[in-house]
Amino acid sequence: MKFSIQINEGPYQHQASDSAYMFTKAALDKGHEIFRVFFYHDGVGNSTRLTTPPQDDRNIVNRWADLGKEHDLDLVVCVAAAQRRGIVDDGEAERNGKDATNIHPQFRISGLGQLIEAAVQSERLVVFGD
Amino acid sequence: MSELHTVNKSPFEKSSFDSCMGHVLEGSAVLLYEDGVYAAMQGTTAEAKVKSAQGVKIYVLGPDLKARGIDAARLIDGVDVVDYAGFVDLTIEHDKVVAWV
Repeated sequence: MKFSIQINEGPYQHQASDSAYMFTKAALDKGHEIFRVFFYHDGVGNSTRLTTPPQDDRNIVNRWADLGKEHDLDLVVCVAAAQRRGIVDDGEAERNGKDATNIHPQFRISGLGQLIEAAVQSERLVVFGD
Repeated sequence: MSELHTVNKSPFEKSSFDSCMGHVLEGSAVLLYEDGVYAAMQGTTAEAKVKSAQGVKIYVLGPDLKARGIDAARLIDGVDVVDYAGFVDLTIEHDKVVAWV
């Protein structure tokens, strides 16, 4: 079955990103397809490559990136939510005159249309958040 | 048309569990996960709502129970424990997923 996942909560806040990751992993393990993972609202914080948790803690960003790389997942970050919260890629840095970027290369910034398309194209949209 | 409703907050923190139980229809199911698992415990004010849900199956996510030190023996009768694979199966068994976030 074709799934899409929506994450509305930042990493290390409560548990939404962890739950979404475990769900996505379980779905992939069962042979299901993940059409897209869409990071919305505070969920965009899951995409900064600058995150540095203590060594004995999970690295939520790298964990998503690794799963994305392994399964060729489309990890999409909402542009308006990203701009508000300072999640920046090369294009956004240039457009908005920023002096740095922080997005992990496994993620991409795009618009809300990507969420609508994911909802239309997928048989199930599963939402995790606050 | 059956729905899987998911509740991830404690019924003592937010009203999402109450809202969910007020909307869920017969033949649908509710999955309690994260802090939502507290609603599945015996002896709380949530118990009556779980028990009075006619024709609604209640599930609870095992790993989240374990993370909170809740033994399955303390669950309300009729509540079933699932793992993440079971969570995935529930989303497939029902026609849509409604997240009470």
